[in-house]
Amino acid sequence: MSTRVARDRVTGTPFTRGLGIVTILGIVWLVIFGLFVTPADVNQGETVRIMYAHVPGAWLAYLAFIVTALSSAMYLWRRTRSLTWDRIAGASAEIGVLFMGISLVTGSLWGRLTWGTFWTWDARLTTTAFLFVTYIGYLAVRGLGGTHHQRARRSAVLALLAVLEIPLVHFSVEIWNSLHQEASVAGNTDVTMDGLMLFTLFLGVIVFTLMYVWMLLHRQRALTLEDMLDDSGLDRALAARRAEAGVS
Amino acid sequence: MKSMLRTAKAIAAKDLRIELRSRVVTNQVIPFAALVMILFAFALDSDALLERVAPGLVWLATIFSVLFIVARSFALETADGALEALRAAGVDPMGIFLGKTLALATQLIALEAVLVGASVVLYRADVSASGGVLLVTTMVLATVGLASVGTLYGGLAAGAKGRETLLPLLLLPVVAPVLIGATRATESAFGTNGIDVSEGWPWLGLLAVFAVLFSVVGTVAFGPLVDD
Repeated sequence: MSTRVARDRVTGTPFTRGLGIVTILGIVWLVIFGLFVTPADVNQGETVRIMYAHVPGAWLAYLAFIVTALSSAMYLWRRTRSLTWDRIAGASAEIGVLFMGISLVTGSLWGRLTWGTFWTWDARLTTTAFLFVTYIGYLAVRGLGGTHHQRARRSAVLALLAVLEIPLVHFSVEIWNSLHQEASVAGNTDVTMDGLMLFTLFLGVIVFTLMYVWMLLHRQRALTLEDMLDDSGLDRALAARRAEAGVS
Repeated sequence: MKSMLRTAKAIAAKDLRIELRSRVVTNQVIPFAALVMILFAFALDSDALLERVAPGLVWLATIFSVLFIVARSFALETADGALEALRAAGVDPMGIFLGKTLALATQLIALEAVLVGASVVLYRADVSASGGVLLVTTMVLATVGLASVGTLYGGLAAGAKGRETLLPLLLLPVVAPVLIGATRATESAFGTNGIDVSEGWPWLGLLAVFAVLFSVVGTVAFGPLVDD
């Protein structure tokens, strides 16, 4: 029984296995291009290589949070209400927080090397930090317990509140920042990029997106299994109590 | 609509009556906020510096205290399942939201008045007549925003395990625009760094947008959040 269940209840399918292999090959390609094939930047030197992980990571986090907001809206809309949307929202937020963390760390390391400072109170950076904390809060709310639908409704409302909150925070930080920013650290304004570097950046975005889809599918299925385990746990407990009481 | 307002009035009156009899905000939260103001003085250790950052400290102390007042406000509702009983009795959630927001706002205004007074006494803040008008308007708008968003997220965290630690995590990022707007406006009202009073008024736009947005969204979203 348990082995049959184990075989049926894995999170991989031929599609995700294929996607996983493609993603791994893509990462290998990205590492080779990012670390060895592309040249060092004229101004930034070798540190420009951080960008090949930083930019795709930030892109991925934003993509993940957009997916969370859209799936939350799908859950709240009565005609498409399904726990699947809730699990997609949760899985996507988890991946988003992970990659936002990665892009904050890589970004501040890059900033230290290029600008000479880990952090600047620039609107985009500050909003990103707020976004990071907001979704950590979102994940905490998902873990509050209650029934699956309680969790889904609470977190869906919160995800949509975050959509409202973030532009407002961004706007207010922007006007706050525009007032007293003596130490501008915009660095070089050289926007022309080498073709190979641009390609590698683009490759990074594609590979990271594939990785996101791969992780999302697995995580969403894992969350489904967790929910099923919760439900079956209750059923099993009920059956055990019935057996104790001698009711068949 | 009329019944919603009547509900709101009843809920607000209930919360304020509980406060009048228990005096938790008066005897615990306001002294806490005053203590924070004194601790800031120890940490910064300079009269000139304190004078310069006084507006920010007033609002920082306010926002920290909001956490306690919101927690208190919903501790009343979750004790003995009061909120569930209200919902089971068919009480309009919009009315509950507005009522709790109103009671929270009343307590916050009292707290802010004490903190502004403390900043005049402790930090040498100085308010002119025209600055006073700006300051009062700032307090009203910021309070509506803080009370709405506090009630909304308080309702969300109410009844959950670990709500004491969850609430700050959820609430503090959201209230950042209020901290920014109210601090700048108060700087003008105090004339900190020679900033003119007229420079403070544009910041009230930000506070007003925040207040309107979260009181409307809160009224709509509170029902689904507490309706389990």
